[in-house]
Amino acid sequence: METARRQWIYAWLMLSPAMALLILFTHYPAVQTIVNSFYSTPRGRRKAVWIGLDNYQTLILDDVFWKVLMNNFWYAVWTIPLSILLSLAMALWVNDKIRGRGFLRMAYFTPTVLPLIAVANIWLFFYTPGFGLIDQIRGLFGLAEQNWMGSPDTALYSMIAVAIWKEAGFFMIFYLAALQTIPPSLREAADIEGASRWYYFRRVLFPLLMPTTLFVSINAVINSFRLVDHIFVMTEGGPNNASSLLLFYIYEVAFDYWDTAYAATLTVVMIAILILLAIGQFFLFDRKVHYK
Amino acid sequence: MFANFLKTASVAALATVASLNPAYAVDLEFYFPVAVGGAAADTIEQLTAEYAQANPDVNITAIYAGSYSDAGQKALTAARGGTPPQLSVLLSTQMFALIDEDVIVPFDDYLSEEEKADWIGGFYPSFMENSQTGGKTYGIPFQRSTPVLYWNKEAFKAAGLDPDVAPANWDEMVEMGKALTLKDDAGNVTQWGVRIPSAGFPYWLFQGLSTPAGAILANSDGNKVNFNDAKVVEALEYLVDLSKTHEIMQPGSIEWGPTPKAFFEGEAAMVWTTTGNLTNMRNNAPFDFGVAMLPAKERRGAPTGGGNFYLFKDSSDEQKEAAVDFVQWITAPEQAATWSIATGYIAPRAETWETDKMKAYAADFPPALVARDQLEFAVAELSTFENGKVTQAFNDALAAAIAGEMTAQQALDEAQAKAERILKPYQ
Amino acid sequence: MSYDRILNTTAAWLLALFWLLPLAYAIWTAFHPAAFETRFEPLAPLTLQNFVQAWSEAPFARYFLNTMILVTGIVAAQFTLCTLAAFAFARFEFRGKGLMFALVLMQLLIMPDILIVENYRTMSQLGLIDTIAAIGLPYVASAFGIFLLRQTFMTVPKELDDAARVEGCSYLGILWRVYIPLAKPTFLAYGLVSVSHHWNNFVWPLIVTNSVETRPLTVGLSIFAVTDSGIQWSVINAATLMTSGPLLIAFLLFQRQFVQSFMRAGIK
Repeated sequence: METARRQWIYAWLMLSPAMALLILFTHYPAVQTIVNSFYSTPRGRRKAVWIGLDNYQTLILDDVFWKVLMNNFWYAVWTIPLSILLSLAMALWVNDKIRGRGFLRMAYFTPTVLPLIAVANIWLFFYTPGFGLIDQIRGLFGLAEQNWMGSPDTALYSMIAVAIWKEAGFFMIFYLAALQTIPPSLREAADIEGASRWYYFRRVLFPLLMPTTLFVSINAVINSFRLVDHIFVMTEGGPNNASSLLLFYIYEVAFDYWDTAYAATLTVVMIAILILLAIGQFFLFDRKVHYK
Repeated sequence: MFANFLKTASVAALATVASLNPAYAVDLEFYFPVAVGGAAADTIEQLTAEYAQANPDVNITAIYAGSYSDAGQKALTAARGGTPPQLSVLLSTQMFALIDEDVIVPFDDYLSEEEKADWIGGFYPSFMENSQTGGKTYGIPFQRSTPVLYWNKEAFKAAGLDPDVAPANWDEMVEMGKALTLKDDAGNVTQWGVRIPSAGFPYWLFQGLSTPAGAILANSDGNKVNFNDAKVVEALEYLVDLSKTHEIMQPGSIEWGPTPKAFFEGEAAMVWTTTGNLTNMRNNAPFDFGVAMLPAKERRGAPTGGGNFYLFKDSSDEQKEAAVDFVQWITAPEQAATWSIATGYIAPRAETWETDKMKAYAADFPPALVARDQLEFAVAELSTFENGKVTQAFNDALAAAIAGEMTAQQALDEAQAKAERILKPYQ
Repeated sequence: MSYDRILNTTAAWLLALFWLLPLAYAIWTAFHPAAFETRFEPLAPLTLQNFVQAWSEAPFARYFLNTMILVTGIVAAQFTLCTLAAFAFARFEFRGKGLMFALVLMQLLIMPDILIVENYRTMSQLGLIDTIAAIGLPYVASAFGIFLLRQTFMTVPKELDDAARVEGCSYLGILWRVYIPLAKPTFLAYGLVSVSHHWNNFVWPLIVTNSVETRPLTVGLSIFAVTDSGIQWSVINAATLMTSGPLLIAFLLFQRQFVQSFMRAGIK
């Protein structure tokens, strides 16, 4: 079994650089995060001490945490399906022989190359009450000005709209690529059968696009936790945490309040949620995707 | 030149540099944040270079560390890692947190009795409130500001008000605000009377209300707050009523960023914002405007703001002495005048205002004096131990009341309870 | 044209115009004096002053260079490491394979973006704070890349592989001559995801960088924009355009080829 032995050595040689970095920057910090969540934050001469579940107790009593968690829930609930649906629509449009196809593709794709942190300032202008773009347009119709970012009812939704704008065009590329692999003969066959467009989409296209949908939705789920750049510029989580998200809160706790132990506790919660979501996602898609 | 030097400013590199220089050379590194745009960073680097030229035995490196929050975080991390800068300009409100982290030392040990009296004593007392605790001086005021009221003289004229008189007290501000609030035929507001930004960190401008009302938010030991004092409640109710009852201010949280633009566009006829905006207003306002102290209630009052020099612990005595010398130099009249004129920050010592440079500046642009004169009435910016958390609890309460989610009393009671819980270990 | 078609075309165009609004606004403000940031008069005077000002107030060329170094460095390192790891998973049988693969997949969820606190500590222990390497390192061994490439490699017919073996190719030779050429579209797809991620990434670089020599564009732009004197859209947007322009133009020029080669990636 000389070859098996050699395979073993080759495999490990090839794996080890990636594994070493993975362990150093993912597994080790993840474990360390969990460990730190059981200690106090070291301050000056006071070393970190074991405090058991105290941080978790603080977490349960922290109304800001619960609010941020709910915000993140709604952020995910709106951004994930809407950005996927829009990206699919965009891809279907620009895959057809539509007028101005190149222009449309470019238009949908622009958010991908404009860094969110920079365009956040532009969106801030759009939302600004009074002389902001949205209010200028509303003014043409005689509507009163509206404080989009400054009211707890609309602040989070204003952030959601920006996130969808940012993501949809990016996801479109993947759908577009998938659509172009589908042979036109399928469509012709469907036409001969007299199938409606909707029927064709539902019964033929959509199932064929399922692997792409899985790919895109994993990305969308991750983004719903990761995409917080615009919050730094636009609302800083306000008013009264109405637009704060989990990762933004972790940043605040760690780097503004300098409370690293509590930040670790919040990170543990985030990791737990992501693991649950992943399990859920695999169950949801498992039987519907023809995975190789 | 300097930028390239930064790159090599690791411990190892500094050690090499030191070994190449005469034995008595001292290495100094200091972090500074900038909140007023690119020119300020250039001025600091220019001043540092000037100092280095006059003091060849000191190698001084100024490192632009981004925003206040970035600079604070970076200095703290470096200190924890055992390689702190010797000096850093950080928010004056971080004093207690830095003491708590055990990374800074007071300046007192490196000053003679005479210097303590003359030099420390020469700063405006209101700036020192955020710089001293327990009888020691931990911060030296450097890039400090205070909020003022800017008013649009043309809008005042159009509303039939005297364009040269700003509201002196709360009632006048409401009255004038009503005259200044304009609506179109559909009943939509086209010009608000007043704009007090409240997004992000509402507590700062709010101190421009709570101080005149007669309240002091925190004690000088940084371990007690008075968030639900009746006078604080009164101030918050006044702020809320500007939108709710008097309808002279945009409802909801108001952003800082677009505030100067809102003023230029005539969206608001009076705005409250920092003196750091003076130069911008002066260059870009398309109309004649005035600058006034914040209106009074029981008294006049406003917070101070901005950054102080801190002396970091983990360095040799030689370095600390050199650092103190540098701070004394850069806060001296000539240098402070250059800095103040370039940035709009208030020169922190009375003697600076006696220099020819500063006199010429003030004569050319009298509004610069308003901020200085307000210092007489100014108090410490809210600062405690666990400053980030305590201030956030207060900010959240203000935002909740502004949004109408809670009454002023409820919101402030809640903030007080939260803050007391956080501060318990420090009492 | 059918009713249905008109409706679709209109909807597609409306959405596109809406999607372009931020870019359109950026162009408008960047080429007009600040006074026209909020007024859209067709005859407003044009100017290049904002670009001059942005260019002189912050070292955008340097930031751009930093981002370029960062992105190419990350993508090159990811391609190398992930290809090797994916090949090992796809081609070899060895003890602990299942466990290793599970460990890799974990990073799909626990991405480096949420481990900022701990990774910062590690970087300062390694003395890497304020280096471009520190921005990239946590992302180099990418589970996403390993997973995608493994899926592609597994579709390579065994016969091709065996034929190359018979001809005396080493494992690396097979990887280079057989697997990598067949996986080109996957590299392209993955490269796009990676470039777009790191081009836009903000929070982690904000934390680990301190100086002009290391800051990527996103951090440079954010520092530039945050000042006490309020937002100056005209200058900020000029800076944004200057720095995003090259990528935007590249996409405009190459979008057809891009989508076409992309479609063969068949993300599965």
